[in-house]
Amino acid sequence: MLRQLEGSRAVAEAVALCRPEVICAYPISPQTHIVEALAGLVKSGELAPCEFVNVESEFAAMSVAIGASATGARAYTATASQGLLYMAEALYNASGLGLPVVMTVANRAIGAPINIWNDHSDAMSQRDCGWIQLYAESNQEALDLHLQAFVLAEALSTPVMVCMDGFILTHAVERVDVPDQEAVDAFVPPFQPRQVLDPDEPVTIGAMVGPEAFMEVRYLAHAKQLRALELIPRIAADFQEAFGRDSGGLLRPYRMEDAETVVVALGSVLGTVKDTVDELREEGVRVGVLGLTSFRPFPLAAVREALVRARRVVVLEKALAVGIGGPVSANVHMALAEASAGGAPRCCTVIAGLGGRPITKASLRALLADAVADRLEPLTFLDLDWGVVNRELERMGASPTSGPHAENILRDVGPVAAGPV
Amino acid sequence: MRAPAIRYYQTGSFAVGNRLLDPDQRALQAEEQRSNTITCGHRACQGCGEALGARYALDAAMRATGGRLIAANATGCLEVFSTPYPESSWQLPWLHSLFGNAPAVATGIAAALRAKGREDIRVVGQGGDGGTVDIGFACLSGMFERNDDVLYICYDNEAYMNTGVQRSGATPPAARTTTTPAAGPEPGNVFGQGKSAPLIAMAHEIPYVATATVAELRDLEAKVQTAMALRGARYLHVFVPCPLGWGSASKDTIRIARLAKESGIFPVFEARDGEVTDVSPIRRQVPVEEYLRPQQRFAHLFKPEPHTEVIARIQAGADRNIRRFGLLDGRGRGHDEHTPAGRGHGAHAPGPDGERVGEGSPA
Repeated sequence: MLRQLEGSRAVAEAVALCRPEVICAYPISPQTHIVEALAGLVKSGELAPCEFVNVESEFAAMSVAIGASATGARAYTATASQGLLYMAEALYNASGLGLPVVMTVANRAIGAPINIWNDHSDAMSQRDCGWIQLYAESNQEALDLHLQAFVLAEALSTPVMVCMDGFILTHAVERVDVPDQEAVDAFVPPFQPRQVLDPDEPVTIGAMVGPEAFMEVRYLAHAKQLRALELIPRIAADFQEAFGRDSGGLLRPYRMEDAETVVVALGSVLGTVKDTVDELREEGVRVGVLGLTSFRPFPLAAVREALVRARRVVVLEKALAVGIGGPVSANVHMALAEASAGGAPRCCTVIAGLGGRPITKASLRALLADAVADRLEPLTFLDLDWGVVNRELERMGASPTSGPHAENILRDVGPVAAGPV
Repeated sequence: MRAPAIRYYQTGSFAVGNRLLDPDQRALQAEEQRSNTITCGHRACQGCGEALGARYALDAAMRATGGRLIAANATGCLEVFSTPYPESSWQLPWLHSLFGNAPAVATGIAAALRAKGREDIRVVGQGGDGGTVDIGFACLSGMFERNDDVLYICYDNEAYMNTGVQRSGATPPAARTTTTPAAGPEPGNVFGQGKSAPLIAMAHEIPYVATATVAELRDLEAKVQTAMALRGARYLHVFVPCPLGWGSASKDTIRIARLAKESGIFPVFEARDGEVTDVSPIRRQVPVEEYLRPQQRFAHLFKPEPHTEVIARIQAGADRNIRRFGLLDGRGRGHDEHTPAGRGHGAHAPGPDGERVGEGSPA
């Protein structure tokens, strides 16, 4: 049914339609609306049987999900930002144990400085923790990906995080098609755990593993993600058959035909990028877009195949790998490395939108103009205020006790800098 | 409730000889049908108090639940010595996740069972003092305040033994650990630090909090039995000497546990809904020196001469426990009725003369 829904509400309803048995949550913006809605559904009895556990931290949230999943219950939680980092140890544990927990990450920056707005620093920091990472472009896709995530997680017995941009999606009201329960029941089969804590057949889960077998157990986590490369498109095809929507999959190519310059991006910024590309196409510029829906597993072969005929690749990243550049770019470079024999496209990294900085069409147009003219540096910080940065660098050079960066910079850009009223 | 009173005769020991008892009074460990929840072959040290405590506690929990039990285990000695890949000592469904999250994992198991309508299956969480009172404390407190249907058992050996005897929040004052070495003007752990996890558990007003030692194993079994008859969050804190970390003889594990109780160092009690409901009285009080001497972790208190001032501070702590929990009050209420006159207060060791000793019955 088509409805006007906040992204968080759409995701909450999607999760509820998947009949989770245990939901554990700790509040953190911008994820809160999702678990608030689910708490309401459980409390009112609309979602039953389901236990909603108000935990004391994100670390506990993931730990409760681990216990529930190992007991054969479909377990769900949601988090963001600092919360994702606080559960980092448990994230590795859930994937190492092979527990198919599904989690929404309402992507948000990581402090310091503390910042509640959107970027991908949180999810990117956990890219190697063994969870599958799917990125939603729209609220509809966020809803759809959650249905697919439960199917995928349980088929592989591995956890899946669905990443959706904090505020930009979670708090945006859009038209969303919410499927009915019958259709979701047909698409998401009952959870059949690969391993379960059962007094009738006692098993030891989480035993210590030494050098003689540790690599093999870890490899299995990788093997599952390789299988996910095949399974994700298949589940997306099943989804399209069941619900009539093209949603999910590994990649979302857009106007890639004869594209000389391709922007690679993840999440909601794809909308702005596509609008910009539409305009440029009308002006005869041969640009296209490659959206990454699956970042883990990273579809190396599919990315290579999609990009190999381009001349330039611009990886637009909402995360910064401090000291080198961009985490997504590193993966795209790897995909293109094997294509180098035939002349690989030039690949540039653009760090953009950190801490909620808007990524505007105007900025993207200017950026792509530079890219098309081969003026783009290997690493660019979109809309970085160099004046502010340089002033702070000068202060640092002038005094070894110049004080906290954030406060100094805020004085430069905030009301203090604006002078007396 | 404590274990029912038993009257028996034994020479030089408080140990209960099962063969002298009626079958219904015998410890569960005397039964051939016991579940052997932690079966033989594990890698615990000789004289390990934790292995002993866990064996009694879990077998008792298995009996109380008819074998419908799942355990969540924190990282630590108990986890490491019981599951060297690919072997496992565990004869029940058992999950080890992390060091600091066993109470939350247990909550998740209980929530799953509730959602599935399988509340006939019960949940035990367990860990050492590091995993419980330090790194897992937030998860433990959360599990308590939500009153989740979990019995959490802490096996307290008063330091991080698995990593090589480092200080924990349960390490007593003056004790030597590798991070509170016996060096400097005030050797060993500092006075005025540490916490009582059982008292903090009681502050959550959960249905049941109890302490026990591996010196009184029937009492431990009885407390597990009591705990499993209740629903909601329950906490059992078991005092388990560690020969390796304490520098004590393997054969002395039970003796040292008994001296901890008889000196007032470790009060043994039960609490319901935040209020103490029963204490195991000191039968024959011993000075703390008797407890400290057999342990190398306190050896610096006796070299070259006894550091009487420090020992007096430890004694003052024990005396405070005695006052606070009324550990000697039972005398007036018939707790110690079987102790022959003149041998009770201040005696240093169980009598060698075949006297009649016993648990006494609650007043």
